[in-house]
Amino acid sequence: MTRGEGPPGGAAAVEIVDAWHRYGSQEVLSGVDLDVERGRFVAVLGASGSGKTTLLRLVAGFERLASGVISIGGTVVDDGRRWFPPEKRKVGYVPQDAALFPHMKVAANVAFGLKRGVARRRVPELLELVGLAGLEDRYPHQLSGGQQQRVALARALAVEPGVVLLDEPFSALDAAMRASLRDEVAAILRRGPTTTILVTHDQDEALSLADRVAVLRGGRIVAEGRPEDLYRRPADPEMATFLGDANLLPGRPAGAAVDTALGRLVLLDGAASAWGAPPQELVVLVRPEQLELRSRSAAPASGGIPARVVGASYFGHDAVLQVAPERQEQGGAPLLARVTGVAPPPLGAEVLVTVRGPVMAWPAPAGELRR
Amino acid sequence: MTLAGVRLATPAHRAGRRRPPRLLVLLSVAVAVALLLPLAFLLLEASQAGWHDVYRLLFRRLSETLLLNTVELAAGVSAACAVVGTGVAWLVERTNLPGAALWGSLLVLPLAIPDFVVGYAWNSVSPAVHGFGGALLVMTMGLYPLVYLPVAAALRRADPAEEEVARSLGAGPLTTFLRVTLRQVRPALSGGCLLVCLALLAEYGAFEIVRFQTFTTTIFSDLQLGFDPAGASGLSLVLVGLAMVALAGEAAVSTRGRLSGSGREPGLRRRRGLTPGARAAALAAVTAVAGAGVGMPLGTLAYWMVASHTTTVHPGSVWSALASSATYSAAAALVATAAALPVALLSVRFRSPGAVLLERSTFVVEALPGLVVALALVFFAERFAQRLYQTSPLLVAAYALMFFPLALVSLRASVAQAPPELEEVARSLGARSWQATARVTLPLVAPGLAAAFSLVFLSAVTELTATLLLVPPGVHTLATEFWAQETNTSYGAAAPYAVVMVAVAAVPSLILSTWFDRGSRRVAR
Repeated sequence: MTRGEGPPGGAAAVEIVDAWHRYGSQEVLSGVDLDVERGRFVAVLGASGSGKTTLLRLVAGFERLASGVISIGGTVVDDGRRWFPPEKRKVGYVPQDAALFPHMKVAANVAFGLKRGVARRRVPELLELVGLAGLEDRYPHQLSGGQQQRVALARALAVEPGVVLLDEPFSALDAAMRASLRDEVAAILRRGPTTTILVTHDQDEALSLADRVAVLRGGRIVAEGRPEDLYRRPADPEMATFLGDANLLPGRPAGAAVDTALGRLVLLDGAASAWGAPPQELVVLVRPEQLELRSRSAAPASGGIPARVVGASYFGHDAVLQVAPERQEQGGAPLLARVTGVAPPPLGAEVLVTVRGPVMAWPAPAGELRR
Repeated sequence: MTLAGVRLATPAHRAGRRRPPRLLVLLSVAVAVALLLPLAFLLLEASQAGWHDVYRLLFRRLSETLLLNTVELAAGVSAACAVVGTGVAWLVERTNLPGAALWGSLLVLPLAIPDFVVGYAWNSVSPAVHGFGGALLVMTMGLYPLVYLPVAAALRRADPAEEEVARSLGAGPLTTFLRVTLRQVRPALSGGCLLVCLALLAEYGAFEIVRFQTFTTTIFSDLQLGFDPAGASGLSLVLVGLAMVALAGEAAVSTRGRLSGSGREPGLRRRRGLTPGARAAALAAVTAVAGAGVGMPLGTLAYWMVASHTTTVHPGSVWSALASSATYSAAAALVATAAALPVALLSVRFRSPGAVLLERSTFVVEALPGLVVALALVFFAERFAQRLYQTSPLLVAAYALMFFPLALVSLRASVAQAPPELEEVARSLGARSWQATARVTLPLVAPGLAAAFSLVFLSAVTELTATLLLVPPGVHTLATEFWAQETNTSYGAAAPYAVVMVAVAAVPSLILSTWFDRGSRRVAR
């Protein structure tokens, strides 16, 4: 995760400047800017229909820009007039459904982009790399979904591409397979000097895999940065909820802190810098994992807001509880608190809620507060 | 406006994202125009003959009889085929009938036996098989596989969970069959009945043999008495009209696109355990259908083959008839397959309202019986190209026109199995556009090309009606030779030609069906 902070990897592997694209009269991309440094793993995060797949297809050369510029490795491949065909771009493309050639065995699929002599040496290496050694003679229909994706990855890596494009490659897999395969794929891609662009609608996937995350919404990149920055310091409340579970509370500024129903909370460094004129009302972001719950009977004297557990979703490794503060100044809406799954307080338990760490806050919009 | 909006709302990069290549559009339009020409010639001929004459001809007493005959028979045979086809399909696919797999392939065989051979088989054994009853029997036994095949396929695809849910909600076996199973196979059933109707309207030989008068037999005998454009084109237009009614009726009845959308592979297929008594009855029923549909015609052919030792048929004449049949049919299969490829590519790869309309327009020939296509080409030759009349190109063109829908249907399926995504991946791996087509798309489409070729080929080999009208003088095909001998009631001399025809039609269809099974398993994920 520190790679994003490391020294820039030289020239941009992929540079997208003011990219516009439309299907018929429907605007899909309206001015996308994105720089991907060499060796980085960048996730483009967007809801379905946000244009993220189109962005990937433009980089691959399956679509043409209406206007704007796309460069790969410093070479302009599309500026709305000149256009390099896909085979001249040296990109590795791993589509959502793997799209293996059904009439070819695994070995032939991986060798597709290779010269015959090279293939004999490289195919076993590549299959070894993706953990499929020995499956050369299988046909795609004889493989599981995860295996198909690995073959698709090996096939893309075979041509030693300047950039690997992953189009939601894990979305068709079941949950258990998805988690293990995506960690493995990330490890494989990080082993070499590969530059990777992943598009996904799954914020867990984007945050956990990528060095940098770009959020695509309404045809534009609306936020871009390191995963932890995006998660902890989102640009606005909407972004905060898009990137994960969030408690949004009303608050009033109090110097470098903010007064809320959960007490006086410390603001993150620089949180106030974008506020402009000193606001009267704030929207405060408290992530569920920032809430700490203690049993009231065990620690009757210590501080904290008295509350009651009114709902629980148990996930094994952790649990998300709904806790309702007993004083009704909250408006009664329960807060989300993420606790470890070891011994979560039972339903109805009386707890004391405190907040860990500094919080993010924005000036409240004129209208009402949304949670 | 709203329609366009809906189209755009679907993932735009999946369908119709690119403008189709101009060449593809040009070729497809040319094919569509060629396919609409027979109908155009027919209308032109009728208008030249004078609509007044046509009108007078259509409203004489004979036409009324013919219409009644044809409609009654169409209704009767469709109903009989629906019952027989669905019944045996259910027994084979859903019960513990002994030897279900064997019955499954046996019951399809009548497709390989031309209907005029079925008619000959029955009529040569018992002249009592004639008239409406004879036609009903012969056509039902010849055509029921057109219902059996799609319904059996639908039963295999249908989700058995729906039946189980119905049972768990308190529906008995009969209620479940009527309310769930029959609904699941309804599109297949109505599609099959449509094929039966179209085949009936086009049939000539079988009706001639059992002496049952329909539009086709009347047009044909009128032609033999002397060429009368007004009568021929008028009656043909009625025939086309009936076929259009059948097509429209099927479109209205079938709930296209409402097939159960669970999309998952049906799991374990559970078969209903029949009581021993019911099992025996089922076995008897299936045996009766297979006996009448397959055993009877093949047995009769075998009988006449043995009996024909007395009448001498020169093997050389059978060979030369086979050679000319095969040559014409292969040429037609090549033409039809080549013509279907651009239309299939356009309609699958670049699906747009225009492409769909274009594709639909090519199916108009489905409503044109072979006789009508042949007549239209005769009209065309008479008017515009005297030199082409009764030449090989015209016969090949007739076959290609008639069986174009078969080629298109088989090609469409395989083009759909070669999605453009695969070519894109190939391009990103460094293949040029033509290399991607050659290495990825062509191998995937090849089985479809082969299937299209074979289907057209074997349909043309067993074609009689258009052949009789268009065959060049002095050329003998299997069908014309069979017909010549049959009309002389030289049943023994006719048999060898029929046997060769059946063999030619049956062998490729068996190979095809096994190959298709393998292919679909290989592509399925």
